Amino acid sequence: MERLLSFESDHLRATELRLGLPGSDKPSVRPKNNKRASSEISQESKSNSCASNAGNDDERDSAPPAKVQVVGWPPIRSYRKNTLQVQAKTSESELCRGMYVKVSMDGAPYLRKIDLKVYTCYPELLNALENMFQLTIGKYSEREGYNGSDYAPTYEDKDGDWMLVGDVPWGMFITTCKRLRIMRGSEAKGLACV
Amino acid sequence: MSYSSLPEDVLEHVFSFVQSDKDRNVISLVCKSWYEIERWCRRRIFVGNCYAVSPRMAIRRFPEVRSVELKGKPHFADFNLVPEGWGGYVYPWIRAMAGGYPWLEELKLKRMVVTDESLELIAKSLKNFKVLVLSSCEGFSTHGLAAIAADCKNLKELDLWESDVEDPSGNWLSKFPDTCTSLVSLNIACLGSEVSFSALERLVVRCPNLRTLRLNRAVPLEKLAHLLRQAPQLVELGTGTYSADLRPDIFSNLAGAFSGCKELKSLSGFWDVVPAYLPAVYSVCSGLTTLNLSYATIQSPDLIKLVSQCPKLQCLWVLDYIEDSGLEALAATCKDLRELRVFPSEPFGDEPNVSLTEQGLVLVSEGCPKLESVLYFCRRMSNDALVTIAKNRPSMIRFRLCIIDPQTPDYLTLEPLDVGFGAIVQHCKDLRRLSLSGLLTDRVFEYIGTYAKKLEMLSVAFAGESDLGLHHVLSGCDSLRKLEIMDCPFGDKALLANAAKLETMRSLWMSSCSVSFEACKLLGQKMPRLNVEVIDESGPPDSRPELPVKKLYIYRTVTGRRIDMPGFVWNVGEDSALRLS
Repeated sequence: MERLLSFESDHLRATELRLGLPGSDKPSVRPKNNKRASSEISQESKSNSCASNAGNDDERDSAPPAKVQVVGWPPIRSYRKNTLQVQAKTSESELCRGMYVKVSMDGAPYLRKIDLKVYTCYPELLNALENMFQLTIGKYSEREGYNGSDYAPTYEDKDGDWMLVGDVPWGMFITTCKRLRIMRGSEAKGLACV
Repeated sequence: MSYSSLPEDVLEHVFSFVQSDKDRNVISLVCKSWYEIERWCRRRIFVGNCYAVSPRMAIRRFPEVRSVELKGKPHFADFNLVPEGWGGYVYPWIRAMAGGYPWLEELKLKRMVVTDESLELIAKSLKNFKVLVLSSCEGFSTHGLAAIAADCKNLKELDLWESDVEDPSGNWLSKFPDTCTSLVSLNIACLGSEVSFSALERLVVRCPNLRTLRLNRAVPLEKLAHLLRQAPQLVELGTGTYSADLRPDIFSNLAGAFSGCKELKSLSGFWDVVPAYLPAVYSVCSGLTTLNLSYATIQSPDLIKLVSQCPKLQCLWVLDYIEDSGLEALAATCKDLRELRVFPSEPFGDEPNVSLTEQGLVLVSEGCPKLESVLYFCRRMSNDALVTIAKNRPSMIRFRLCIIDPQTPDYLTLEPLDVGFGAIVQHCKDLRRLSLSGLLTDRVFEYIGTYAKKLEMLSVAFAGESDLGLHHVLSGCDSLRKLEIMDCPFGDKALLANAAKLETMRSLWMSSCSVSFEACKLLGQKMPRLNVEVIDESGPPDSRPELPVKKLYIYRTVTGRRIDMPGFVWNVGEDSALRLS
């Protein structure tokens, strides 16, 4: 019975109107959460914050503890939660949102821009370039470069050097590529022979 | 001439024009002969709680039923509040119907546990089976689906809306025989693994009446165009994954295929959306009435571009990426909008990640005169906004507001949101469903009890101060059927004082409240036509009677305690001998 009384006085306090910042007094407004058995509360943060710390403003730690999740709240179906989580992970694994680089082609009056993030390998990129500029680039070979083609795709890397597209692994390529240039045959042959 | 002298078949013919269950029930109460005639010609029954009646009783009273709809677990099971193994098994019903309704055509289940055995029994015993809808169900695998596919010769509809299906192997689609040409609706959106595309394609090609096709995520975008060209008559389409390499040929193929679908009214799917491919659907936008973008993680500008082309839109489900600006565009374009659902993209984040506030909802309430159904997740609200919404849309029927942080006050005044929700129930006289959130005192429940006379379902969390709140609702809401409460300081007094009310309702759920075990026992003993079930996974509730009951589910029933309760569910009725652990 005493427990009920103290419980009720907690709630009386909760209904007092105050001009404090929302959240600054949250511990007293949330006695309910403290009564949940710990097995029902799932924790997402690595730190062991309990419900009464949620929203507490005077933190001694540098990072605020992540909110403790209450089972059943917010009311979102796990079906929906899981689907969004999977999609979020897929986009988080990308390094950044979009990686647009300029593409120039010898003889073309203006440059184009493409998003390297959209492609997952060299053949896809080359295919896109072929479509964009209506030309054939041909197959890459380690020895011959793009021999047999009038064009060779090159790129400027972080050091300012012009490199042949295809030499380095794809992952390394998209992080070091600053711009692309589709070189005309004669010049390109020079690169391939290096 | 008196009505009772009309021949039976005339009365039966007249009754056949009465479809609503409520009206049918009223007819059956007029007199004994009408009861008899009516029960023999009732063709569909809806059992909102599968434990309210036994299958045997249902079949005995209505022997000629062709369509059965059953619901199992309480609604809060959607949010993981009901432990695994709680119940809701459909098998006893199917076993009974295999004998009692051999000509059953339709079975619609929601939140039930369906086993492969059940599906196999349906396939084997019901020769005229046509429609299977499994909404939010679980417990079965593609083996069961294979049985349905193989043996239900007249199958028209197979809908697995958001069910949890085990996919051991994907080849169940090829079990549809070549002679099966009757499919009208196929929804496999929830299936995790790949289905055989060639089997799917062959099925689509040979079913000329196919109107609804909801694919699962595993169907690649490159193949969608091909499928659409085989089924240009589709009215409802759910895409598979909506991402592919950016290639003009894929795009033009897809756009062309969509433009051939002149009947398309509903679109869904859009997993992993690549914005560059959205314009492929522009050609069908002008005819769209339903758009489900609730899995589409695209930003507001792309959403605005899409929505602005859909003037006939009646129903939109979308993520909060739409933001207030997107909702403004929606309000300006979609004057026919009836239903809006805005889901949170990051519900567990501490900070808002999008600019979606109460303003968006206010704008839609202003601009869309037919708006009647709202589900809105947001992070702030004000009484002013709620009052405005209420006054703008007195025809609101369903209003579910979820302010993500529990007990959030009015952000302008820091007061509780009692007045705002009070305005909703006061102005929206036909309100049937309401979900509350934010900081709320007993006052809001006083408003609800006073004004919400047509309210049928109420969902409450982290609200109220005392038993008075619960008492207002139970004593005032004349039409209340379902009440679900979590984390509120409601206790014994209101419950016991309104015991009789509980028999007029379908069910009451209370979790993390302040109801004592003693009160539950008392209620169970006083009310033999209620099942008072205590759910406690940590042990028998009477071993710690000083603690409030963790989860309580009370429902009316004509069949007494159920026999399939798991170890963590106790029925605290009259002669309950509590199990010793």
